[in-house]
Amino acid sequence: MKSFNYHAPKDVKDASKLASSSSAFLAGGMTTIPSMKLGLASYKDVIDIKNIKKLSGIKVSGKTVTVGATTKHVEVASSKEVQKAIPALAKLAGNIGDAQVRNRGTIGGSISNNDPSACYPSACMALNAVIHTNKRKIDAEKFFVGMFETALKNGELVEAIEFQIPEKADYQKHPNPASRYAIIGVFVAKHKKDVNVAVTGAKSCVYIDKDLSKKLSSSFSAAAIEGMEVKSSGMNSDMHASAEYRANLVSLYAKKAVEAC
Amino acid sequence: MASLVGSRVERKEDGRFITGKGRYTADINIANQTHAVFVRSPHARAKIKGVDTTKALKSSGVVGVLTGKEIAEDKIGGLIAGWAIRSEDGSEMKVPANPPLAKDIANFVGEPIAVVFAETLDEAKEGAEKVKVDYKVLKAVVDPAEAMKSETIHDGVEKNLCYDWLLGDRKAVDEAFAKADKIIKVDLINNRLVPNAMEPRACVVDYNTASEEITLYTTSQNPHLSRLVMSAFGGVAPENKLRVVAPDVGGGFGSKINVYNEEIVCSWASKKIERPIKWVAERTESFLTDTHGRDHVTHAELAVTNDGKFLGFKNETIANLGAYARVFGTVTPTYLFGPCATGVYVIPAAYSNVKAVYTNTAPVDAYRGAGRPEATYTIERLVEKAAMELGIDRTELRMKNFPTQFPFKQTLVHTVDSGDYVAGLEKAKQMADYEGFEARRKKSEANGKLRGIGVSSYFEACGIAPSAAVMSLGCGVGLWESAEVRFNPTGQISVFTGAHSHGQSHQTTFAQIAADELGVPMENIDVVHGDTDKGTFGMGTYGSRSLTVGGIAIVNACKKIVAKGKRVAAKMLEVNEDEIEFKDGEFVALKSNKKKTIGEVAFACYLPGQRDEMKSPIPEGDEPGLIESSFFDPANFSFPAGSHICEVEIDPDTGNVKVEKYTAVDDFGRIVNPMIVEGQVHGGIAQGIGQALHENTQYDETGQLMTASYMDYTMPRADNFPEFNLGFTCTHATSNPLGVKGCGEAGAIASPPTVMNAVIDALGGQEISMPATAEKVWKACKKIKKSNAKAA
Repeated sequence: MKSFNYHAPKDVKDASKLASSSSAFLAGGMTTIPSMKLGLASYKDVIDIKNIKKLSGIKVSGKTVTVGATTKHVEVASSKEVQKAIPALAKLAGNIGDAQVRNRGTIGGSISNNDPSACYPSACMALNAVIHTNKRKIDAEKFFVGMFETALKNGELVEAIEFQIPEKADYQKHPNPASRYAIIGVFVAKHKKDVNVAVTGAKSCVYIDKDLSKKLSSSFSAAAIEGMEVKSSGMNSDMHASAEYRANLVSLYAKKAVEAC
Repeated sequence: MASLVGSRVERKEDGRFITGKGRYTADINIANQTHAVFVRSPHARAKIKGVDTTKALKSSGVVGVLTGKEIAEDKIGGLIAGWAIRSEDGSEMKVPANPPLAKDIANFVGEPIAVVFAETLDEAKEGAEKVKVDYKVLKAVVDPAEAMKSETIHDGVEKNLCYDWLLGDRKAVDEAFAKADKIIKVDLINNRLVPNAMEPRACVVDYNTASEEITLYTTSQNPHLSRLVMSAFGGVAPENKLRVVAPDVGGGFGSKINVYNEEIVCSWASKKIERPIKWVAERTESFLTDTHGRDHVTHAELAVTNDGKFLGFKNETIANLGAYARVFGTVTPTYLFGPCATGVYVIPAAYSNVKAVYTNTAPVDAYRGAGRPEATYTIERLVEKAAMELGIDRTELRMKNFPTQFPFKQTLVHTVDSGDYVAGLEKAKQMADYEGFEARRKKSEANGKLRGIGVSSYFEACGIAPSAAVMSLGCGVGLWESAEVRFNPTGQISVFTGAHSHGQSHQTTFAQIAADELGVPMENIDVVHGDTDKGTFGMGTYGSRSLTVGGIAIVNACKKIVAKGKRVAAKMLEVNEDEIEFKDGEFVALKSNKKKTIGEVAFACYLPGQRDEMKSPIPEGDEPGLIESSFFDPANFSFPAGSHICEVEIDPDTGNVKVEKYTAVDDFGRIVNPMIVEGQVHGGIAQGIGQALHENTQYDETGQLMTASYMDYTMPRADNFPEFNLGFTCTHATSNPLGVKGCGEAGAIASPPTVMNAVIDALGGQEISMPATAEKVWKACKKIKKSNAKAA
C-alpha cells in the first residue's frame, strides 16, 4: 500500500474541508482498503469519518426509517426498530458478505461505492430513498448514475439514507458462490400506490424493472408475473453468469420476493 | 498398558494453532533483513527484449535489483522435472529449461523476471514498479486440447508435446473391444484447480558471512529434498552449507513440494547482497504461480457384455503440464494416473495413452490425489454410465466386477496386497440407506426438485514408494523415509522424521506409534521434523506416505532401541539376553521377575560403568548412548480403497445443487488415530466436492488468469457441505508391520465422481462437466423441461 495522510475529523465540516481530488472518505473500508492494498487505488489523504458521531444511528418515524451513513450492516440487521418497520431491509443487511464484512461495512460506504452487485442500492431504489448529503438531498433514482458512479460531487459526503416504509417488502438474492455478492438481487416493495421492483447485479447499475413493477402495481401476486419474460439485453454476461441466466433469475426472484411478502 | 495406536488422542498441535502461537515462515524476522518483491510477467507469452533496472536502483530504500542475466552469469540452475518419462516410441520426454528468473522469454502470467530488494516492503514494491521490462508479446497457447496444433512455445519441443506415453496393450484392448456387446464412451474434462493452501508460500533467507552457510526458512513439504535439489541442480550452495527449515506450514496439498523460483533466487541473492531476505507471497501471487492441479482432457471407453462383465478399457488423455515440467508434473498424469485408471475392477485388457502438452499457463503438478482423482473420475463415470445403459443397478454392476481374491493383480501395474471391496460397498449402501433412495427421490419431486444418487468405488496406490520400483519407472530419487529415535539421558525422547507435517498431525500420530513401541507415555516424546540440521535425511510428505513409509521407519528405529535395551538390561540384571522380555516399557528378567525400566536402561547407556550403587555396564560390542536410526524402503505401495455414496438435490429453477447426504466407507488398514483420519477424510471430501461443484480455474484466450482471487475463484465453504457420514472397513496392509494404509488423499480421489454421478443421475443421465455450477445445471434442467413438455 502506498503511504497516505490519515485524518480522523470529528465533524462533517472538517471532513469536507479535507477533501480534494486525491482524497477518499473512509467508513468501513471494505472496498477502499483492499483496493489500496492491491494497488488499484491510491490517495494522498484518507479521511476516516467513523468518529463523526452524527453520521451513525437509526431513526424511525411514522413514515420513514433513516439510517446514518456510518451505520454498520450488523447494526441495521439487528435493529429491532428496522426489523419492525422494514423487515426486508434488516434481512438484506444480515446477508451482506460475511460476518466480518457486516461488522465493519457501512451503508454509506456501500451506496457511495455503488458496486453494480451490491445489495443496498436495490433497497434505496425500491424504498424511494432520499440520500442526505452534507450539501443536499438526492432521490435514489438520481443518486445511482452508473457503474461505481454516483451523483456525489467532490467533497460531498453521504450523511444518511431515508427510506420510505412500505406496506410490504422483501429482498431475494442469488449470491455469487465465490464472493457472495449478488449475481442477482431483487428488492420488491409494495407502497400504498405502487410497487417497485429494484434489481441489482443484472446490469452495470441498479435499476427499477418497470414492466414487473407495473404488473405488480395492478395486481400484487406472484401469479401476476408468472411466465413474464425478462429481457436479457443489456444484462451483464461474465464467467459467473450469462445474461440469459441473469434474466431468468430476475423473474424467478421477483416471484420469490412477492411470495415472501 | 492400553495401546495408543487406535485411540482418538487429541492433537498435540492444536493448542498452538488455535491460540495463534504457530510459528510460520512469515512469522520469522531476522535483524537487518531486506524485503523482496518480484517483477512478474503480465503476459502469458512474451519475448523479453530488455530489462532496465536503472530507475529501480535509484528508488528510495532499494538495496539491489537482480535479473535473469545475473542468475545466468552465476550459473544458478533452474527448476527441475523429477521423473523421466519415455514416450511410446521409446524417445525421451522433452523438458525445456526453466530458469529461476526468465531471461529471454516469459511463458506464463506471473513468471518472475527480476527481483527487487529494499529496506521495507513498500519500498521494494515501489522499486519493482520502476523496473522496466521491454516485452514483445507473442500469441499464447492456452487450451490443452489445441496445444499440439498451435505454435511451438519452447524451442525443440515439437507440437508442444512433452511425451506421448502408453501403458498397456493396444492390441489386447482391440481384441477385447471386438468381443463386446456394448461400448460405453465418455468425454471428460478434469478441471484445473488452484491448491489454495491457507498459508501462502514464503521464504526467509539468512546468509552467515562467517560460516558461509545459508539458512533458508521456507514453506516446504520436503525440506531435505529442497536442499538436495537446490544444491545438486541449482548450485546455490553445497548441501553442508545449506540448511533448509520448514517450520509450521499451513497446508500444502502438493503445491509446496516443488522448489520454487523465489526460494532459489532469494538463497542465491542473500549471499550476493550479504543481507537476509524475506519474501512472502500475496494471495494473487499464489493463484498465479503455485503449481496447479488436474487439467486433463480425456476420452475413455469401456467394453462390456450385456450381462455386465467388463472386458476392456481404453483411455486417451491430454494432460496439461502448463508452461514447464516440474517435480511431479510428468509422473502425475502417467504412473500416478494410468495404473489406477482401471479402478477396483477385473478388466482383462486395458491401456492408457497420455499426451502431455505445454501451454502458457501456470505449471501443473501434484495436487491432493495427483493422478488418482483423474483416474477414478474416468473409470467411475464410465461404470456409472454403463450401469445406466445396461439397466443394471450401479452397485450390483460394481460388485460383479470386483476382485474377490487378494493379492489382486491389477490389470496394468499394481499387485494389491489386501482389501475387501464388497464389504466396503455393502457397508456404504447400508449407511446411506441406498434402498430408501427412490422414496426420497419421489419426495423431492413432489417439492419440484430433482434428486440424484451417485456411487464411486475406488482404490489408489499411495504410500510412495518402493525405491527400486519407482526408479525403474523414471523417478530421480528413491522414495524411502528415515527416522532417528534419540533417548536423552534423562529419559525424554526425540523422534526425528524426514516426513513433514503441514496439517497431517505427525506430532500426535508419530508420538502414538513410538509411545506404543517404547512403552512410555506420549508426553515423553517430541517429534522433530522440518529442519535439515535436525535428523538424518528425508523425502518429505506427499502421496499419503508419511505413516506408511515414515511411520514405519520410526517403528523400526524403536525396535532397534528395544533390541539394544535388551542387551543392556540383561547385563544389568545379570541374565542372558534371551531371558529378558520387553513389555510396557520394562525389561523383565523372566525367571527372577527383576525389572529395569526403559528409562533406567537409557540412563545406563549414557553412564556406563560402576560407582557405588550405580551399576550400568554396557555389554561388550555395544557403544554408549541410546540412539538408533532407520531407513525404511517399502516393499509395495499401500492401497486404500472404499466406496462413497452421495445424494444431491437440484433446484431446476436456479440450477443450485445441494449435497444432501454424503457417505464414505474407507479401508485404511489399521487406523492409528481415528479422529485424525476422519479429519483427513473430511478435508479430502471437501476438496473433491469443491472440484465437482465449485472450483473453476479459468484462463482467457490470451492466458490471463480470470480467477485469480477469492472474488472469482469459488472456494467451498462450510455451508456447502452436509454432515459427512463416515465408516471404515479394515483389512491390514501386508506390506508394512503396522498394517497401515495412506488416508490423506482418498477423500479427494473418491468424491468428485461420486458427486458428479449423483448430479448426472438427477439430470436423467445428461452429461455435464465439472464444476457443475448452477448455470450449467440450470441449462441441463431446461432441456429436461423441454423434453418433458414434448413427451406430454
